[in-house]
Amino acid sequence: MSVDAATVRRIAHLARIAVTEAEVPHLQGELNAMLAFVEQLSEVNVDGVEPMTSVTPMEMKKRPDVVNDGEIPDDIVRNAPETQNHFFLVPKVVE
Amino acid sequence: MTDLTSMTIAEAKAGLANKSFTSLELTDAHLAAIEAARSLNAFVLETPDQARAMARAVDARIAKGEGGPLAGIPLGIKDLFATKDVRTTACSKILGNFVPPYESTVTSQLWRDGAVMLGKLNNDEFAMGSSNETSCFGPVVNPWRREGSNTTLVPGGSSGGSASAVAALLCMGATATDTGGSIRQPAAFTATVGVKPTYGRCSRWGIVAFASSLDQAGPIARTTRDAAILMRSMAGHDPKDTTSVDRDVPDYEAAIGKSVKGLKIGIPKEYRLDGMPVEIEKLWTEGAAWLKAAGAELVEVSLPHTKYALPAYYIVAPAEASSNLARYDGVRYGLRVPGRSIGELYESTRAEGFGDEVRRRVMIGTYVLSAGYYDAYYLRAQKVRTLIKKDFEDCFAKGVSAILTPATPSAAFGVGEKGGADPVEMYLNDIFTVTVNMAGLPGIAVPAGKDAQGLPLGLQLIGRPFDEETLFSLGEVLEQAAGRFTPPKWW
Repeated sequence: MSVDAATVRRIAHLARIAVTEAEVPHLQGELNAMLAFVEQLSEVNVDGVEPMTSVTPMEMKKRPDVVNDGEIPDDIVRNAPETQNHFFLVPKVVE
Repeated sequence: MTDLTSMTIAEAKAGLANKSFTSLELTDAHLAAIEAARSLNAFVLETPDQARAMARAVDARIAKGEGGPLAGIPLGIKDLFATKDVRTTACSKILGNFVPPYESTVTSQLWRDGAVMLGKLNNDEFAMGSSNETSCFGPVVNPWRREGSNTTLVPGGSSGGSASAVAALLCMGATATDTGGSIRQPAAFTATVGVKPTYGRCSRWGIVAFASSLDQAGPIARTTRDAAILMRSMAGHDPKDTTSVDRDVPDYEAAIGKSVKGLKIGIPKEYRLDGMPVEIEKLWTEGAAWLKAAGAELVEVSLPHTKYALPAYYIVAPAEASSNLARYDGVRYGLRVPGRSIGELYESTRAEGFGDEVRRRVMIGTYVLSAGYYDAYYLRAQKVRTLIKKDFEDCFAKGVSAILTPATPSAAFGVGEKGGADPVEMYLNDIFTVTVNMAGLPGIAVPAGKDAQGLPLGLQLIGRPFDEETLFSLGEVLEQAAGRFTPPKWW
């Protein structure tokens, strides 16, 4: 499988990465090189094979559903580009 | 006091214990070495004040007889590990001046045991790369050069800063991470020892995530023994990482020098590649002979799905990366490029903040997870992964204790030499190491010889899950036979 220019633009949008028109052909070439490389997986017989979902066979650990952290708003917002009264500021989302 | 930098961790521990020198003296010697080696670009942040404060504090503890297993040992920390109140960037512009209000579990355990932090080490952006050329701080220089040449070589990646700094005697050991070979390949390129532990052995908490089902932290050191010493402090269960395993941490150092007599060592025929350099082939044969001379039994084994590990990796890893890196949106931390709408803010921030390699992988990951392609790519790759793991399980079920392979398909290459036209050319560096991550197994790279141009080459040993100890025993045999390799100082 390979991707065309329209698909490259669609992927870029899904990934929320702005891509200029001038970058599209180059990206298309790179993505197609990667897709050509992974193409060889289609020759593997995977009939009846379970997909790997856990690297180490172990039961999912659970912890009590209790609050065990918090009251640190200064820490939470200290790296934010723009804040006000412990809130993150973004451009207006709802009119 | 430059001789203080050429000791091993084991030697320095003895010297500190018998008061031959203090941690402050040891730390100062390394800080001076770092300052004199800035041309290598191994450190992206030096923390001399913090280092001296930590050294003084640990000297006081040592004086009271309270020093831990790493008391006074100066280390470098890969910039992927969150360090409290010390800038942590993953060498990406998108994290900007991120200063974590918390400490990664692995580094907190190193400080618990008395280690001293010298600074943060360079790496490929978000650990995506095999040459350390994708870092936003620029490439790291390998202290090794071809004989009679001034060509600048890469130290490998993604833990290139860790490998370069350890090889150049700038720190006694370093933390590193390995998603597809990022500890073992740079170790092989710099004649250092690198350990990628079993998945779940070290906590991933506080380490900037790349591909969560593959990422694992481990040490880079100058000897197998030093790597074993560091491993003991880095490993252990952490309730904050649900994939970390609740089992005791053995005294890995005790495995050094243990007999390997009677151990069955597999030589996988699928690792014999067409066009593999003669020197690598020779090194591999030599390594097998060393293990045989130490009493191990060598058997040919088959890992039939080996060739599919790298393509499957280039679906699984980017898929997980695209999901993990969704958090970098310019809102809560890091870089923000303003936009008229929230969507424009996200897209502009991520376009500006991610480098080319990261953008490529996030995009391919987004594609293979997108509606209509998930089954063909991602699900199929996860099934292939099951087959790769089964290859190893079948092999171990036949009584094989460990598997010996080359660590890399070549020695270190020049800056700008690979991957310019086709990204896949760079990816092929991880051909021997990536199977280990796909199967969640432990692996160690040990320096074993040099090529005709005088560049180091390494061998890899792959072990059973949670049997790092056997790897340390075998690694020590290789190290004793091959000797140690130190680059001539030119910087």
